[in-house]
Amino acid sequence: MTLTIDTRNLDAAAAVSAPEGTLFRFATAGSVDDGKSTLVGRLLHDSKAILADQLEAVTRTSTERGFGGESGGIDFALLTDGLRAEREQGITIDVAYRYFATPARSFILADCPGHVQYTRNMVTGATTADAVIMLIDARKGVLEQTRRHLSVVALLRVPHVIIAVNKIDLLDYSEAAYREVEASVRLVTAELGIAEVLVIPVSALVGDNVVDRSERTPWYDGPSLLELLETLTVIDDLDERGQATEAFRLPVQLVLRPQGAVVVAPELADSYRDYRAYAGQVASGSIKVGDSVSVEPGGGTSTVTGIDFAGVALDEAFAPQSIALRLADDLDIARGAVIAAVDTLPPITRSLEADLFWLDPRPLAPGARVLLKFGTTVVQALISAVTGRLDLTTLAGEPATSLAVNDIGQASIRLSRDLPIERYTQNRRSGAFLVIHPQDGATLAAGIVTAPGEPTRAGDGSGAGSDVSP
Amino acid sequence: MRAPPMTTALVSTSTSTSTPTAHRLSELDVLESEAIHIIREVVAEFERPVLLFSGGKDSVVVLHLAAKAFWPGKIPFSLLHVDTGHNFPEVLEFRDKTVAAHGVRLTVAKVEDYIQDGRLVERADGTRNPLQTMPLLDAIAAGRHDAVFGGARRDEDKARAKERILSLRDEFGQWDPRNQRPELWNLYNGRHTVGQHVRAFPISNWTELNVWRYIERENIELPPLYYAHDREVYRRDNMWRAVSPVSPPHADETVELRTVRYRTVGDMSCTGAVDSQAASVADVVREVGVSTITERGATRADDRISEAAMEDRKKEGYF
Repeated sequence: MTLTIDTRNLDAAAAVSAPEGTLFRFATAGSVDDGKSTLVGRLLHDSKAILADQLEAVTRTSTERGFGGESGGIDFALLTDGLRAEREQGITIDVAYRYFATPARSFILADCPGHVQYTRNMVTGATTADAVIMLIDARKGVLEQTRRHLSVVALLRVPHVIIAVNKIDLLDYSEAAYREVEASVRLVTAELGIAEVLVIPVSALVGDNVVDRSERTPWYDGPSLLELLETLTVIDDLDERGQATEAFRLPVQLVLRPQGAVVVAPELADSYRDYRAYAGQVASGSIKVGDSVSVEPGGGTSTVTGIDFAGVALDEAFAPQSIALRLADDLDIARGAVIAAVDTLPPITRSLEADLFWLDPRPLAPGARVLLKFGTTVVQALISAVTGRLDLTTLAGEPATSLAVNDIGQASIRLSRDLPIERYTQNRRSGAFLVIHPQDGATLAAGIVTAPGEPTRAGDGSGAGSDVSP
Repeated sequence: MRAPPMTTALVSTSTSTSTPTAHRLSELDVLESEAIHIIREVVAEFERPVLLFSGGKDSVVVLHLAAKAFWPGKIPFSLLHVDTGHNFPEVLEFRDKTVAAHGVRLTVAKVEDYIQDGRLVERADGTRNPLQTMPLLDAIAAGRHDAVFGGARRDEDKARAKERILSLRDEFGQWDPRNQRPELWNLYNGRHTVGQHVRAFPISNWTELNVWRYIERENIELPPLYYAHDREVYRRDNMWRAVSPVSPPHADETVELRTVRYRTVGDMSCTGAVDSQAASVADVVREVGVSTITERGATRADDRISEAAMEDRKKEGYF
């Protein structure tokens, strides 16, 4: 099979997605030399997402470097390795984002390199992904790196996990060899509690089962990788009627209070004189005009009187729309507040247990003072104890008193003020946070709440208000 | 020009955002809400944001998104343009009209001033794109801006594909691609120390086609040269270059009148036009949808200097 840069081969229709189609985000991961860049290049090339000038540049560089072989003389890795150091050293340093579309949907691909700072890159790619494609070299089977990546995917609850068993061509398309790898992968994913795993035999180099189903794997009757990506559901937690199932949460970004300095038509300006609305992106669930809401901090309740989307009044809003909410009562609401469906807020607490994905070269020691960012709230916090670390070889917990870069561990954290804290397993947006260095501002870790601490007060109700964030 | 977008264009979105039957957003709606979220985060967390505004389609879209983010209030930040002195006059005219319509303040930093007083030297090839970095950094420092919005997109270039939505720059404006903050969920970390600033790219995840479909849906006005028009051009570097005082043809280059349009709008000395009959936004959407060449590959001479031309400029503080 040879590739050609003849642009007449580019099927024009294939490059155009439906204007009102869905957007699907996925990440690719795998160990060094598993052929991930080749797979990504193949996916982009065979779905006609690489344009003629990009292909020309890659072909020119491939030829200059004497690249040959079955891919038709094109080093696909050059397509995603965007930085000079990456091309010179033949490595991938950082997550690269690629965009392509088929008539079925549009895709955002986060290409996560496997060897350097794998946790950092994997976590970055996985937090926004609807699916993760994990590459495994069919000849090597499940490696330690595979287990590590899969444990990140499991903890972050990525909705769809696809295992691409690559280089099947080098095993002469042997079903027995593939089944052996498949069985050992399923053993690991079962151990990690990943409910649904899709396994596909592929050859990224020659293209088997990447875009088109291969005739050389007659024993595999599933979809090709691209077919799968085109049909998996998007993260949205909708029920069968298409309605959001999670409780409504709006982290308030800022208060819109133009005080007369408005852009509406002059004859309408008077009616906007006292306009006040709470702007934010719906993190989960949906809300209708007339619904009752609770607000934290403060514990106040009110009724939604209007939902504005830049001049358009909506009857209903849902995640992930960026809206402005108007309420019947004049509550003390500022950036950092959360507006939630009434009777759904978790207990208010000043402490929590969390899993931390430690991403900074400086290790974490107990007693560290940090900042946590939950939604639009930034709060001072104290890491009171490191309670354990995941042994990524055995996937078992082990005792630990500190965390180093790329470690996944558990910690007890105290907060400087009351917050409604939710488990990540209940709400992926509200239960996730950043750990930030208080002086230099570096993002030290990604955190997910495993358990809120002792309640200082019930979740919804008329308890005493806590301090209002700036 | 028509009325500011607040009273007209915004109403046109009602078909796609109101009365949803299922709680599912289209691709454009997802990208729009993501961009508005980013713009609001930056305004909430920074003291003095500014938007780089050239009048090009991407910065026009970011301005439109900013207007939507703060409706019914005014856009709460000013605009900055680094004028190379080689800009298309019709784009500058459009820029000023748009700024006036939105009621925002525009600061113009001029490369020409730097060349006049010797702080910058004209390059042998005449292109002024790489010369924008110094006036840009000076203007950011003079305005004490801690956040700088730009309309850059990750699909434009391999180096941009690796840049974060919020990208930290040191006091020299430098981008350190090997030491970027991880960007997790939709939690943006804008913390920075004195002297540092952040570049914010709200439409990072948009493609050229997304931008054009949004321009079509929202009825956003653009400079006329984005649409097919007759122009005197000559062939250089496999592109149609406009005949102008700053980009004259060489003796061996033949000038002809062709129907062309611009896919990107920048410095006249390095931006090329493409043959096109796309006279309306719907035509352009169709044309971009089937194009087999990227917009930068088709129209930017400066990015052809080397594989890493954009990366090198960005490390030095370019946008």
